[in-house]
Amino acid sequence: MTRKQSKTRKPRGNGPQGLPGMSTTGRRAGLFCLVLILLLAAQATRIQVFQAKGYDNNPANQRKAIQRYDQPRGNILAGGDPVTGSAATGGRFDYKRTYTDGPGYAAVTGFSSQIYGNTQLEGIEDGILAGTDNRLSGWAVWNEITRKQNPGGDVHTTIDKAAQQAAMQGLGNQKGAVAAIEPSTGRILALASTPSYDPGSFAGSSTADQNAWTKLQADTDQPMLNRALRQTYPPGSTFKVVTAAAALANGVVTDINAPTGTPYPYVLPGTTTTLVNDTSSCDQANLDLDTAMTLSCNSVMGYLGVQTGLDEMVGMAQNFGFNDPKLDIPVRAARSNFDTRMDQSQLALSSIGQFDTAATPLVMAMVAAGVADNGTVMYPQLVDKLTKSDGSTVQLMKPQVYKQAMSPSVAGQLQQLMTDVVQNGTGGNARIPGAVVGGKTGTAQHGVDNTGTPYAWFISWAKPTGSSGVPPVAVAVVIADSAATDVSGGKLAAPIAKSVMQAVLAGKS
Amino acid sequence: MATPAVAAVRGGPTGPRPSTGRNVELALVLCAVAIAVFGYIEVGVNIDDKVPPDAAEYGAALGGLALIAHGVIRWRARYADPLLLPIAVLLNGIGLVVIYRLDRATPSSHAAPTQLLWSTLGVALCVAVIVLLRDHRILRRYAYSGALVALVLLVVPIFFPAVYGSRIWITIGPFSIQPGEFAKILLVIFFAAYLSAHRGALALTGRRIWRFTLPPGRVLGPVLLVWAAFIGVLVLETDLGMSLLYFGIFVVMLYVATARISWIAIGLVLAAAGVVMVGWLSPHVHARVDQWLHPLASVAAGQGANQIAQSLFAFAWGGVLGTGLGLGHSILIGFAAKSDFILATIGEELGLVGMVALLLLYLLLVSRGYRAGIALRDPFGRLLAIGLATIIGLQVFVVAGGVLDLIPLTGATLPFIAQGGSSVVTNWIIVALLVRLSDTARRPVPEGETR
Repeated sequence: MTRKQSKTRKPRGNGPQGLPGMSTTGRRAGLFCLVLILLLAAQATRIQVFQAKGYDNNPANQRKAIQRYDQPRGNILAGGDPVTGSAATGGRFDYKRTYTDGPGYAAVTGFSSQIYGNTQLEGIEDGILAGTDNRLSGWAVWNEITRKQNPGGDVHTTIDKAAQQAAMQGLGNQKGAVAAIEPSTGRILALASTPSYDPGSFAGSSTADQNAWTKLQADTDQPMLNRALRQTYPPGSTFKVVTAAAALANGVVTDINAPTGTPYPYVLPGTTTTLVNDTSSCDQANLDLDTAMTLSCNSVMGYLGVQTGLDEMVGMAQNFGFNDPKLDIPVRAARSNFDTRMDQSQLALSSIGQFDTAATPLVMAMVAAGVADNGTVMYPQLVDKLTKSDGSTVQLMKPQVYKQAMSPSVAGQLQQLMTDVVQNGTGGNARIPGAVVGGKTGTAQHGVDNTGTPYAWFISWAKPTGSSGVPPVAVAVVIADSAATDVSGGKLAAPIAKSVMQAVLAGKS
Repeated sequence: MATPAVAAVRGGPTGPRPSTGRNVELALVLCAVAIAVFGYIEVGVNIDDKVPPDAAEYGAALGGLALIAHGVIRWRARYADPLLLPIAVLLNGIGLVVIYRLDRATPSSHAAPTQLLWSTLGVALCVAVIVLLRDHRILRRYAYSGALVALVLLVVPIFFPAVYGSRIWITIGPFSIQPGEFAKILLVIFFAAYLSAHRGALALTGRRIWRFTLPPGRVLGPVLLVWAAFIGVLVLETDLGMSLLYFGIFVVMLYVATARISWIAIGLVLAAAGVVMVGWLSPHVHARVDQWLHPLASVAAGQGANQIAQSLFAFAWGGVLGTGLGLGHSILIGFAAKSDFILATIGEELGLVGMVALLLLYLLLVSRGYRAGIALRDPFGRLLAIGLATIIGLQVFVVAGGVLDLIPLTGATLPFIAQGGSSVVTNWIIVALLVRLSDTARRPVPEGETR
């Protein structure tokens, strides 16, 4: 081995030319290896600790879905009976969602699909149903460490099976929706939308499931649209209940049988347009509120809306849930609209449920329920309680006041008005033997030059005759499209409301 | 400490008997086997809710292999570093467990039995090397012929069909071997021999340019030629992991031998040039670099997760403590889940804790190799030990860095753990050489000689 020592330099190391020897360079190289391994450990920490959440939630990461479907999903119940189930499947996902009556409860449950995700109640309460909610485990920290999966919990809805079935039967082949509420608590008794769909048809991940989904998405009738919650319609004359409430609450009208001072014909302020009535019986000046409501006179109610004033009208509408962008039951309802900036002619039209006024069936049910509950509007709730798989309660929902819309005395006057509508006026089809029924019809024009098939509305409440309590049911029905030639709320919507109310009353007795 | 019986036989008359550490080794080997068997049982319990029926056989097989190796070390290399064998047994045992676990997710292909067979062959070769190679300096004689054999080993696969885009396998019937793995050892032996012989010339002579002393072409030429031949072959075979590895070992050994910073500078320049050239010429490499920089780009593009993304998902899902063996979903990585990407399964199922433990095992193995190298007296032995340890260190970095998205993915096997017969056999030979080298390094100096 040729090894020369440098003669010119003072040696610094024991290697050649005073360079560091191999034990020094070897240690340095070893240090280099140490640094490489430390870099790996640092990168592992970065991914597994600091960035883990992001990767776990990446849409392309199937692990959350696999975890979700590796045990039977908890159930959604109506009246104590499951309306959902789980079926074992082969493949990567162990279980898929099934529905006992998919179309009948689709507006309540939403869907849970291995491919297309979870929506509505299935989505909102997914943590409970899938077993991932921390409240399901007694030992949250321990389970976090052991990664123990909790069995899925159950979601007990407030739905009354009889009322739900009556709503679905009543809607039949027509395009429409029903929302029914228990006025004293806000519990939602029925939530129906037609045409409906079977959420079980695409719960899995097979080609058949994908085809079913594609077909539903392409359907121009929009079967997957939840019309009871997510679609607003001009409420037409049913909105006159709100207008009457505002007029009474603000002292514009004090006696429902006293003349209102409405001129006839009533020309919309600032225009030359006359607000026309649907029936000639309304074509006279100075009608009283009771007659105007019973006959559904546009002129009187438009006039009263303007007399009450924009702010007061907006306030009353908002008491019933209009303009609330976050009405969560817990599924979020679409925002019902009552314009806050209008001129007087627009206010007059809005006061009879036209112009830009639009409401979900849920909000119109809140209107009827608020009147029935002596002026107190309760927050609508679809979920009664959440339970663990062993039946123990995780969370119990309590009734909540949404707004005190009016005084009990004003509510009493409105109850009288609505009762008269059913007894003597346009709502006769909702009469129930042995029950006091209050209601209001609506036939809303829409489309370009009002050429669309009118929306037929009916909102109502009912209680057994002689009962002094709060009516046990309030309901709103809308028929958006029907084969019928003569469209009116009284004809198309009132019978459905009647059967839903009857179903609830029958269950109470 | 040696047992009294051993001490009585081996103990010389010269002063206090040095500790051989053989009993420590035995205890650690038994621990390693126990850990691996426990892992095997955990897989069965987690997947089937029962202890695998063949757990005892598996334990016996691994334990038998480990004890044979231990016995041979006791017999022929009694002063060897007592940590080398236990670490190798533990890593190989973990590898078998993880491959067995992944077999459960791929019912159509079972790799664990084959891997056990290869491990057996690996241990057999390890034993053979320890028994037959009494003095590592013998290897110096075969350095040049070894380099030639290595070159042949690297060239041969070019004539075999490409597998997954790389021509690095020789496939004969059901068997496929990766000769490049064996070539690593031969190359390190050659480098160690050549550098120890020409160390002075490399370090001292040469033209001085600015602050760097460039070595003379006469000395540098053969080294560069061999290196370029290897790199060229590897690029032709599109085995970038191996190229990177060879290159790293080359630079590290050159630096250790000569202490010339200029080597590192030259190395980096060459590496940069190589990377740019290969990245420019090969769309395959270009894609790898893109994936490294943007692992989630394919998700954003709506094409689903690529392998790197899937690997990252697996690591992330494991978190700190992991899902437990058998409870992860690293099989979603798809192709190469048992080989190049096997670390992702460990990350997912054993968590960051398991990852750090594993990295520490490798670090310990590498450091024991370096330790032996620094303790040795002859430059050839020193360079050989350091080179062999560097193979393991760099290979861990290249493969783990790839699947962790720290560096571009190149495709290499995780030492002892990844599926691949050639790799596991090679690693056992490396351990055998380190056992021999550490035995020499730690052997007490006989009376009359000086250190």
